[in-house]
Amino acid sequence: MFRRIFFTAILAGLLGGLAISVVQEFTTTPLILHAEDFENSGGDGSHKHGLLDRGITLIAPALAHGPADSATSTWAPGGGLERKLFTTLANIITGIGFALILTACFTLAGRPISGQTGVLWGLAGFGIASLAPSLGVPPELPGTLSADLVSRQSWWFLCVAATAGGLWAMVFRKGAGWMIGGIVAIALPHLIGAPQPESIGGNVPPELAAHFVAASLVTAAIFWCATGWLAGTFWERFSSREA
Amino acid sequence: MIQNAQDTANSIDARASVAAPALLALLLGAFLVLGTGFAHSDTIHNAAHDSRHSFAFPCH
Repeated sequence: MFRRIFFTAILAGLLGGLAISVVQEFTTTPLILHAEDFENSGGDGSHKHGLLDRGITLIAPALAHGPADSATSTWAPGGGLERKLFTTLANIITGIGFALILTACFTLAGRPISGQTGVLWGLAGFGIASLAPSLGVPPELPGTLSADLVSRQSWWFLCVAATAGGLWAMVFRKGAGWMIGGIVAIALPHLIGAPQPESIGGNVPPELAAHFVAASLVTAAIFWCATGWLAGTFWERFSSREA
Repeated sequence: MIQNAQDTANSIDARASVAAPALLALLLGAFLVLGTGFAHSDTIHNAAHDSRHSFAFPCH
């Protein structure tokens, strides 16, 4: 069982992370780089197309958050290929992490799993870890004004745990009580309310920020469908080998 | 009756034997996601910066 869980998760996470790194190059990454241009410009309209127009499309993340960050000596990947490689590595590790959680759920649920049902599990993961939290803490570009980091992260965990629990109650338990309990659990973090910034109006143009929310959610949906399908497919394949 | 009790016991054993690896996978998966998406280390933040923003993890 150990081998089945870990081989499935590592293969699905590796391939899912690699695939989403390619997708990000066309969806979210260009918007992040564009936003960093505004973040550095300090809101000066004359820099509207700045670095991108000059053909400079990759700057180190540590240098991308203004003088406060660049004044410190913290390591950051260089621009270009190095930055892409570290982003890909982070995507793969995140992919394996989420795939481990997915395969753990396959095991605990004890239901038949295939590539097709894997996509449904992946969509549940998308709803839990991407869609539900995005209502309170929307996907943000660098330079967006936001509330305290720890309070946003805490709310994110609360929302993910409540949505996962609520969905589990609605899908795997029968009866009106479980259904109502599930709906309440899913709604609760939003009724409590996510931490919001004290003021709004950062340097990033709203058109860019709005585009990024859609790009991030679509990219996450692709990641979760792909990783769910991969995990379901490998899970089924390793099952027949064990049998 | 005895057969039913035996089946139940076997079923509990089977569930217990899958629960341990599943929980281990759950913890390891959460640890990896926490590391890349949430750790406050500046170095990890800088390395995983674009990935954090793309996955919409709260950042900065």
